[in-house]
Amino acid sequence: MLDPGRHLALGNVACAEGALRAGCRFFAGYPITPASEISHHIAAEIPKVGGLYVQMEDEIGSIASVIGASWAGAKAMTATSGPGYSLMQENIGYAHMTETPLVLVNVQRSGPSTGQATQPGQQDIMQARYGSHGDYEVVAVSPWSVQEMFDLTVRAFNLAETYRTPVMVMADGMIGHMKERLTVPEKVDIVYRRKPTSKRDTPWGTDEPSGVPPMPAFGEGHALLVTGSTHRPDGVRNYAPEYHQMIVYRIRDKILNAEPKIRDIHRERLNDATVAVVSFGASARPSIDAVVKAREQGIKAGLFRLRTLWPLPEEDIRALADSVDSILVVEMNAGKLVKEVERVVCGRAKVVSLAKVGGVLPLGREVLEEVRRLAK
Amino acid sequence: MKNLKYYRDRYVRKQPSAFCPGCGGGIILNCFVRAVDDLGMDRDKILAVSGIGCSAWIPSPNFNGDTLHTTHGRAIAFATGAKTFNPGLTTVVFVGDGDGAGIGGNHLIHAARRNIDLTVILVNNMSYAMTGGQIAPTTLHGETTVTSPYGNPESPFDITQLVRAAGASYVAKWSTYHVVELTRSIKEAITHKGFSFIEVLSQCPTQQRRIFNLRGPVDSLPPRILDLFAESTMVKDRPDRGGYVYAVPESSPEETLKQIQAMDGVEAKIVDHMEHGRVVRVEAEPLDVVQSKLLELGTVSEVKDHIDGKITLGVFEKKTRPEFTDALRDIMRKARGE
Repeated sequence: MLDPGRHLALGNVACAEGALRAGCRFFAGYPITPASEISHHIAAEIPKVGGLYVQMEDEIGSIASVIGASWAGAKAMTATSGPGYSLMQENIGYAHMTETPLVLVNVQRSGPSTGQATQPGQQDIMQARYGSHGDYEVVAVSPWSVQEMFDLTVRAFNLAETYRTPVMVMADGMIGHMKERLTVPEKVDIVYRRKPTSKRDTPWGTDEPSGVPPMPAFGEGHALLVTGSTHRPDGVRNYAPEYHQMIVYRIRDKILNAEPKIRDIHRERLNDATVAVVSFGASARPSIDAVVKAREQGIKAGLFRLRTLWPLPEEDIRALADSVDSILVVEMNAGKLVKEVERVVCGRAKVVSLAKVGGVLPLGREVLEEVRRLAK
Repeated sequence: MKNLKYYRDRYVRKQPSAFCPGCGGGIILNCFVRAVDDLGMDRDKILAVSGIGCSAWIPSPNFNGDTLHTTHGRAIAFATGAKTFNPGLTTVVFVGDGDGAGIGGNHLIHAARRNIDLTVILVNNMSYAMTGGQIAPTTLHGETTVTSPYGNPESPFDITQLVRAAGASYVAKWSTYHVVELTRSIKEAITHKGFSFIEVLSQCPTQQRRIFNLRGPVDSLPPRILDLFAESTMVKDRPDRGGYVYAVPESSPEETLKQIQAMDGVEAKIVDHMEHGRVVRVEAEPLDVVQSKLLELGTVSEVKDHIDGKITLGVFEKKTRPEFTDALRDIMRKARGE
């Protein structure tokens, strides 16, 4: 592992470092560009801290073994890119239904299909939210720098352990394959899942307002019934409508109710802004450039960057819409987040999309041009 | 001698059974808990993993210990994570034939290749039974199912040989008829260090009626299918008694049986055979004289040697080679410079 202090590091290496410091002790993966360096670094470093790296036969097996390891008591993670992420979707639903803490890094690339296999994209954000069948609420964070590859991977583990849920780190090929400064802190704050205090505590229901039941591990004498089928609070499979409603609403509400705590917004120069640029991940980098340049030209622009992508901070977006005249949504896809922003803003402000595909970032001057147009 | 209540109280969660009447799943659960009990294992250190399908319900929720009921075909991959992180868990995986060798075939061969210390019990009912009896990778050529109404155009895997070739270090095959052998094999598999694999031919009165073309009342089917397994299999390295042939009738087995019973020095009965269908089993001394006479009857289309089409059961592999979770601990020591 890197020593605490300053380093010039690759985004994917920063992600792996963050994972190890957050306590990740099981990693399973399958090679894919542009995520592979995460597994390279983990394979070299995790055995030194008593952890395990397993290269599985495919991405379906990778997430499956991560879920198995999590129930055996591990903080566990996998990393992939778009095609592998698509393969994982069924078991992502399983992880939500069984409330399994894990971290899944998607170093997004440009699709659909093989697409521009090595080029970055932000096209999987709706797949992160809705990719598996059924109803569930996902937690996803989105780093925009090498430093945040480290910081948000640590946070992803903490959120996963706190809310007993899978957490997505929605990075992209640009951030993953970029080298810049990484400061490894002396100490990171880490969270461990709550364990039951007695064998009568069920892992499938709780009276606590958090809606997060305690989680024992295999081998601790709890005679655990872990199943992706609809189950009663005692774990026994039962397809009655009331049990299904009970579990679906609980796993959904425990995330939605915690949204203010999961919320993580980077605001820049928004106080007096009339134009807000809403962005996330790599595409927020040209966005901040444009904001700085616009300010130099006397345009009151600001940046509203989603570090937590899902659940969407709807309250804050509405407040933003009330405080500005127009919102420009900048993203590296054909226009996905903008539809969510439009839904939430609901006419409070003008919403415009700057969406770009092709494996290339929107340029700072393209964002600036749009900002200038909106400021007129 | 321990009675059923003993096993039920200790190992079975109090549940109404989810199985169809006469299912082979109960027999396999029975053999499993007896094996666990015989080995005197700590129940808290056993993890039973399963996929999706009827086989998945053998441990979940029936087994009163840690269970992980996963997604279709992926049980072995889930088990790989749990076992790798905590090698102290005796991990037994129950998969079906479609589940384990169809959709999950990739995980099966790769787990065998890694020689990870799992015990996999593959319950083979030769169809996708839970979804209505469709063709599986284990359905015999020509058999009728809901998706092969004109006969199965495919041929089955020989799963034990597949898994053996992939590197499994313990491989056995039994049927639900062979409960003593199966229980012994489960014990061997659990105590064996490395990837252990047991295929179990299992009866499914709900779907195999169509597959094996069995007629008669439904409650007669379970014992008949068990007899069919006995008739259609032979045990490796076990001396074969022989002394009989199968007369395949042109049309009515009952008609053919009557004719054969009229012959001198012959004992005959109708049996169900997996490969030949409903046939007349003929025992005689000496056999060769009777054999030629059978064809002269006019109602017998073919005479099959007793060994023809029989499936071989037994233990096919038992060897030692590097085991995966051990190898990972070696890597840990190496990485730490120990």
